[in-house]
Amino acid sequence: MMNPLLTVDGISKTFTVHLRGGQRLPVLSGLSFDVGPGECVVLGGPSGVGKSSVLKMVYGSYGVDDGHIVLRRPAGVLDLATASPRELLAARRDTMGYVSQFLRAVPRVPALDVVAEPLRERGVEVETARVRAGELLDRLGIPERLWALPPATFSGGEQQRVNIARGFIAERPLLLLDEPTASLDARNREVVVELVREKLAAGAGILAIFHDDDVRDALADRVVAISPSRGGAAA
Amino acid sequence: MIGNEEPLLSVTGAGHRYGDRFGCRDVSFELWPGEVLAVVGESGSGKSTLLGMLARRLTTDEGSIRYRRDRELTELSDLTEREVRTLWRSEWGFVHQNPADGLRMHVSAGGNVGEPLMATGWRHYGRIRAKAAEWLERVEIPVDRIDDDPTTFSGGMRQRLQIARNLVVSPRLVFMDEPTSGLDVSVQARLLDLIRSLVADLGLSVVIVTHDLAVARLISHRTLVMKDGAVIESGLTDRVLDDPQAAYTQLLVSSILQG
Repeated sequence: MMNPLLTVDGISKTFTVHLRGGQRLPVLSGLSFDVGPGECVVLGGPSGVGKSSVLKMVYGSYGVDDGHIVLRRPAGVLDLATASPRELLAARRDTMGYVSQFLRAVPRVPALDVVAEPLRERGVEVETARVRAGELLDRLGIPERLWALPPATFSGGEQQRVNIARGFIAERPLLLLDEPTASLDARNREVVVELVREKLAAGAGILAIFHDDDVRDALADRVVAISPSRGGAAA
Repeated sequence: MIGNEEPLLSVTGAGHRYGDRFGCRDVSFELWPGEVLAVVGESGSGKSTLLGMLARRLTTDEGSIRYRRDRELTELSDLTEREVRTLWRSEWGFVHQNPADGLRMHVSAGGNVGEPLMATGWRHYGRIRAKAAEWLERVEIPVDRIDDDPTTFSGGMRQRLQIARNLVVSPRLVFMDEPTSGLDVSVQARLLDLIRSLVADLGLSVVIVTHDLAVARLISHRTLVMKDGAVIESGLTDRVLDDPQAAYTQLLVSSILQG
């Protein structure tokens, strides 16, 4: 097997809630798994078990108490669990993308520019980035008359599709997906499945949480089951 | 990955003393080109003292603040007043909370934007006026207001004019002190969006002081949380806000109104 893109090695996480007298909430302990190039690994388990926390630890939005999260990139190997903010920012720009369930956008920015931004950050010229953004919005069924409007006024499903387009626009070796299809209809779920397959065919590794069984069955190469407050075991 | 690049600003153990009491103490961080650093905390936390010290308005009584000038990190307290003035003319900007503190209120909008250009040696009136008009447009002030005084502008327009006055000379480092907090909520969003896109387009480094965590979330890469004159937590902005470690940061985050 090729070297994995991502090696999660014995990670643990406990939240300490000071507002409740220092109450400790263990989320994960000793979780390990790999994601290879062209592979779709799905995190499984009941809701509230810490699946999103795993994605946030990989992306750097949550700290990691113990263990390693090794990202292999052309620029070298980086342990995301101990990386500096600056290294994490560079890894986000160049190597890993994250699609959350909710769009968090600056109030006044048009949908087209929200989607184009990851390309702009990597130095792609504005018109080229907008053309590419328009293609993706079109595939996801966002009509052109909405492109110039800020997504804050869109419906939940439309916002999620803008978010997906933004997450998929840049060519990044690793993509983290947190229930990207949760509020989509069947047709748009199918578009997302196609987009994921294209990324996989291009050699990207995908680590995902899928709300719908049919999406998971269509895409998962492996399911890593996460059980309450313990590490996961590959199933 | 970091290669030969150097930080623009490197702060180590810095502190400022008011009499026998420290306004802020033991502050350390690095600011890199193109990075936006938010300093958050409540009033009295020392965040404004820190900004004053970085901007050379207050003395650095202990520790070190170094700035990369001509590819070398230079101790700011070693610079002469003249050298510091040169930095303000060409490389640094300061956006005040109250636009009246950063603008000349009885000089036209065009004059407010043109003046920093003249200070850096621009002489040709037509070119200065054209550049000023270009910047008014960039900060979304109608160009036909170019000859009006800022006293006739709304709060949001004044703040945008102050930003144009600061950015027209293409500074490398801009300090911002609560730039949105005097404004109505709808005007704040517009200004934040404008700051965010200008910072990205110009590759500016920014230190922004704010009590508003939503402002930090929207425009900063990294955040320092201050309390009682000390930095109690720092890191990637989304990490500090989504996985706060210190009891005080958890309290601040849990106090955000959900919009």
